[in-house]
Amino acid sequence: MGDFVSAFFDVLPKLIPGAGTTLLLTICGVGCGILIGLLMALMKLSKNRILKIIANVYIEALRGTPLYVEIFLFHFGVASVIGELFFNGKFSFPILVTGVVVLSLNSGAYVAEIFRAGIQGVDKGQMEAARSLGMSEKEAMRMVILPQAFKLVIPPLGNEFVMLLKDTSLLAAIGLSEIMKRGQIYTSVHFEPFPTYVAVALVYLALTLTFTRIINWYERKLATESK
Amino acid sequence: MIEIKGLRKAFGDLEVLKGITETIKDGEIVSIIGPSGSGKSTFLRCINLLEQPTGGQIIIDGEEITNPKHDINKMRENLGMVFQRFNLFPHKTVLENITLAPINVKGIAKAEAEKTARELLTSVGLLDKQDVYPNSLSGGQQQRVAIARALAMNPAIMLFDEPTSALDPEMVGEVLNVIRQLTQTGMTMLIVTHEMGFAREVSDRVFFMDQGIIMEQGTPEDIFNHPKEARTKDFLAKVL
Repeated sequence: MGDFVSAFFDVLPKLIPGAGTTLLLTICGVGCGILIGLLMALMKLSKNRILKIIANVYIEALRGTPLYVEIFLFHFGVASVIGELFFNGKFSFPILVTGVVVLSLNSGAYVAEIFRAGIQGVDKGQMEAARSLGMSEKEAMRMVILPQAFKLVIPPLGNEFVMLLKDTSLLAAIGLSEIMKRGQIYTSVHFEPFPTYVAVALVYLALTLTFTRIINWYERKLATESK
Repeated sequence: MIEIKGLRKAFGDLEVLKGITETIKDGEIVSIIGPSGSGKSTFLRCINLLEQPTGGQIIIDGEEITNPKHDINKMRENLGMVFQRFNLFPHKTVLENITLAPINVKGIAKAEAEKTARELLTSVGLLDKQDVYPNSLSGGQQQRVAIARALAMNPAIMLFDEPTSALDPEMVGEVLNVIRQLTQTGMTMLIVTHEMGFAREVSDRVFFMDQGIIMEQGTPEDIFNHPKEARTKDFLAKVL
């Protein structure tokens, strides 16, 4: 038991810097995901059939394949092909860049559906009122629909943030030195898997609990405001 | 002048408007009455193309608005609309609701748009509410703001789609009073309503719609006191 405790407290401080990487990956991933997602949602809801098809294929493909597979596909496939083609194999993407790109692409597909639901969740009468005042569809979207949709999407976006935070652990598979990878390295040297992974789990839990609380607080605030 | 020629509208297999031909003169106040499902609201919504007609033509001041090449947005600036469910923008204050389109669509300076908005709010008796959000207003107050919002674009024609149907009975009067004031300004107005007393009082002409056509039309005196069609008599017997 003493061994467990000492190993636990030995590994814990070594994981903390990984939490910074995890947060960076998550924030960048969701941040870019929001931009991609908004674009895809607007394309999906547009009247242009080609844009609609592109958005649908994107969303279905990225949501329909495991993130784990996407990570390998991008890291060993797309990134190395780009390195070969354009840089003669002399350049490879920093692993952190690969991580952010894959997370953004994946998150973008989920966020697109969140935005689509948010936009469609705004009362139909709002668009009609805006159009009846002479606004174009774009103006109505920008000034009337999106500001209201943003309010609706904040809780689900918060959930997406927490999901993606947990999923960053998959990037350990390509050697990205976040929380999980640091745990794996520690235990491969010291052979203390149980205390190590308890510590890893607790660091993730501390992060997710913090953000879940913030989201819940915000949801309650929204609910009282709209009364 | 609004000329409507053979207007048809179908939703899938369901034909809601089955050929309406009418001319509405400038400054005319027309009330549209009839049983629910008769196509009154659809007719009104076709006039500013919130519903795309499936047949026929609508010509406003000589311009065929049903022509796909016509600039719908420009045309709508001239056609104010008031909805049954108000449809105020909940994320904007009362004043911002009224100035949003004048500033962003017409390009009117903010100060001037706000001055006009305050004048309009004064005329609907809600100047003290300019900085609150719509959710804190009663239904009647919201509808008065919605009327002010439509008027802020300075339209020549106003369309009212059952403006008092979603209101509690004690608030109907305040909204009708505002509309009554407007009838004195020479604006062309089309009002879909179930308020028969009001229709009789303010209208120059009344359309009785049933089953997707204008079954009978005439002065309030004609329609309410001497209806010719059996359907009109039947309907009025039920609602009066």
